[in-house]
Amino acid sequence: MSDRRMAVGNYRNDFLKEVEANVEDGEWVKMCMQCGVCAGSCPLGPYWEHPPQEIFMMIRAGLRDDVLSSESMWMCTSCYNCIVRCPRELPITHIMHGLANYAHRLGLAPKMNPTRRFAKLFWNNIAAGGRANELKLSLGLYFMDGFATGIKKSLQMLPIGLGMLKTRRLNPFGLLAGGNCKDRKGIQAMLKKAKELEDKRKGFA
Amino acid sequence: MAGEMKLGAYICKGCGLGERLDCAELAKVAQKEGKAQVVREHDFLCHADGLAMIGNDITAGVNQIAIAACSRRAKAEAFTFDGVCVTRANLREGVIWVHPDTDDARETTQEAAADYVRMACAEAKAMRAPAGNPNRGGSKRILVVGGGISGLTAAREVAAAGYEVLLVEKSDELGGIARHLYRRVPAKEPFTEPQETGLAELVNSVCSNPHITTLINSTIAQTSGAPGRFTVEIASTGGNNRSETVGAIIQASGFTPYNANALTEFSYGRTLDVIDQLGLEKLVAAADGAPITRPSDGKPVKRVVFVQCAGQRSADDGRLPYCSGYCCNTSIKQAMYFKDADPAIDTTIIYSDLRTPGNGEDFYRSAQRKDITFTKGKVSTVTPTAAALKVDFKDLILDQDADIEADLVVLATGQVPNSGIDIETSDEAQAAAADKSILNLTYRQGKDLPQLRYGFTDSHFICFPYETRRTGIYACGPVRRPMDMAQAMDDATGAALKAIQAVENAAAGRAAHPRAGDLSFPQYRREGCTQCKRCTVECPFGAIDEDEKRYPVFNESRCRRCGTCMGACPVRVISFENYSVDTVGAQIKAVDIPDEFSEKPRVLILACENDAYPALDMAGMNNQHYSAFARIIPVRCLGSVNTIWITDALNSGYDAVALMGCKHGIDYQCHFVKGSELATYRASKVDDTLKQMNLEPERVQLFEVAITDALRTPKLIDGLVAKVIEIGMSPLKF
Repeated sequence: MSDRRMAVGNYRNDFLKEVEANVEDGEWVKMCMQCGVCAGSCPLGPYWEHPPQEIFMMIRAGLRDDVLSSESMWMCTSCYNCIVRCPRELPITHIMHGLANYAHRLGLAPKMNPTRRFAKLFWNNIAAGGRANELKLSLGLYFMDGFATGIKKSLQMLPIGLGMLKTRRLNPFGLLAGGNCKDRKGIQAMLKKAKELEDKRKGFA
Repeated sequence: MAGEMKLGAYICKGCGLGERLDCAELAKVAQKEGKAQVVREHDFLCHADGLAMIGNDITAGVNQIAIAACSRRAKAEAFTFDGVCVTRANLREGVIWVHPDTDDARETTQEAAADYVRMACAEAKAMRAPAGNPNRGGSKRILVVGGGISGLTAAREVAAAGYEVLLVEKSDELGGIARHLYRRVPAKEPFTEPQETGLAELVNSVCSNPHITTLINSTIAQTSGAPGRFTVEIASTGGNNRSETVGAIIQASGFTPYNANALTEFSYGRTLDVIDQLGLEKLVAAADGAPITRPSDGKPVKRVVFVQCAGQRSADDGRLPYCSGYCCNTSIKQAMYFKDADPAIDTTIIYSDLRTPGNGEDFYRSAQRKDITFTKGKVSTVTPTAAALKVDFKDLILDQDADIEADLVVLATGQVPNSGIDIETSDEAQAAAADKSILNLTYRQGKDLPQLRYGFTDSHFICFPYETRRTGIYACGPVRRPMDMAQAMDDATGAALKAIQAVENAAAGRAAHPRAGDLSFPQYRREGCTQCKRCTVECPFGAIDEDEKRYPVFNESRCRRCGTCMGACPVRVISFENYSVDTVGAQIKAVDIPDEFSEKPRVLILACENDAYPALDMAGMNNQHYSAFARIIPVRCLGSVNTIWITDALNSGYDAVALMGCKHGIDYQCHFVKGSELATYRASKVDDTLKQMNLEPERVQLFEVAITDALRTPKLIDGLVAKVIEIGMSPLKF
């Protein structure tokens, strides 16, 4: 943490205003009183480059690029400890996800961040069929880093896969067809509309 | 005056005393050794029947009463009989509750009980019923010094309680610092917006009150006398001097804003655009609703930075070492002046610890909602640039150096108390500062109220916040400790109440706190006095002056009855009617000292009645046991312990003596401020005497205890008894 280099902020409210306008629950950021209880409560606290309270301060200091390209908010596991404990009742978990989402949409989120890649994979999987296709999702994860590692991981997981097959916990035909929800087209149309509305609201349209 | 003395001893058998002790034997002790003319046992002494029995005896001529029952702290009201001396042998909390109920312990428990009966009888015989201070004075008028928020509130409250007030203000207008405030920090629900100061209404209510006489352009040229009869010389700039008599004084001399000229790193004084909080109030008041402009070029302010703790909370020379407590809320309020006028104005408060007392937390939240930026940081410099000001600071959250531009910088400087002369400094320093004195007291110990630290007046910060170390003079507001307007108003109300108590007690010849209602007062035997001045120097309350022949003049109603003078007196000529070198000395002598080979040591504990004695009582209530070889005598304050008691006890065969009292030092707990400190000093001088007597220095100990030490005090006693057994019994028995 000590060797991080941040641009010196201008301590103006421009970025705070941007966050308030575009990030889910962003209007709460200004209410942080810098007590640090969130940072102390986070089970992954020591692994965050910038704990939530610091992210909030960076927003107020106008450090736009440092915040949006940060890995930090991607570390949140939604345990809600910080929300429970925050004396100012900030919805910190939601703000972290909101910031991550905003950074992603702007294309500023770190490309290789595993949380971001998994989230993308999961979303595409569930959006395609209206329901999670576990076999496709697992295989997608195995082959995320290339064909060779994909084969290796698949072979590693083979005994578990066979076991699941035997106890009928895995549908081998999921790879080919089936497993989708009843009105796949309807769900997709709904998601498309929702995205359209959100883009319009957040200025991405 | 005093007729024949007749001692009655009453032995209670209730609360298990009858089962644990041989009360008939105790009655015999009271009669034969205590020399009580009347001795009675009763199954339930504090019952109406028992009390009636004592009452009948008093009618029949008993005027000294020794009650052997529970602690003097229990049933105090029931066992109060007017006009007679009452002593209590603490057989319940002090004997049966602190010694085990076993066959082995029965003998030593009975011996302890018998000793306490002997002690109570001996003490009662040495006491006289106090008659009350004859030198009382009857003025119930109250002088309020200072016409700011504190003084005005105090005057209003005193008058509302039906007492006459004389309000003296140095300047030509009432209102003090508050006159310059545009708005005040909110004092009412929902604590979100700055509100009107309410000063005009307060001044009106004071000026229109027929019970309040107000003198402006006036200062106190001299204060002499005592509660109930202070004579105050009031000097007026118009030359119209007058002399007034008052019963008590409230000092509400307030504060002076810290002189920001010392803050060169913030360019104060170098540019007009760096101002202090009071400067901003004046700026805003002058703008009166129009946009706030820069003092230097009259351009509207678009960016303002507030620097918290400017020249405060710093160990550097010339800076204030303390937090003034009000400035965070004030900066929040001032940032709102800008935000409420124009939300586009950038307002940044750079703080290191935002402290918002009272309901300031709601105010803080409200400021955050209004987009006022709070940055945790420490400002190093403010530098004027071509068109603006550059504020360099260290961001304490991001751990990096940063800077911010501003059109206007407001410094949150602190409060410096107007407490007059520090009487602890050298005579030359005092003479040099003579014109600074607020009260100009003619007291032997100095012209103004004693100070604790940083110029704030001294008071017992937990138990007696308004009571200064000068009885009948009460400090309130920022002269006592840094505070905001709401706290000052609370403070003033408290001081008003205390001042009223003081005039009432003085008129009745009674002591004020903490021994409120005590009718005894110090008297001295002039023939024996050597004019050594120890009493006049050591009295923590400056009660004792000196006459032209350097004999002490006690000023009874200035006295708190702690007995520190009695403890100081090397020739033991100072005494109270019911508390003297004799009343305690007689108890020490009354204890039966078994011989050297009995394996029964005797340890004398002189316990402060304010904290140590209740702690020992509570040990009993909590089933804590301690050695049955200890004999405990309550004293008014460790300051009243005359070292003769220690040497007499050791000479007559006690194996050890312990003084048990309150914490002393800067965070003292002593009810009489200096008592335990003086006792510590005096006890340190006993070592030489011990050497002469060929005794080990461990035989005299001083323990600092708190009222909460119910579990610790028994351990201290047992430790001392163990020490005695280790070093051996005193060789001075018989």
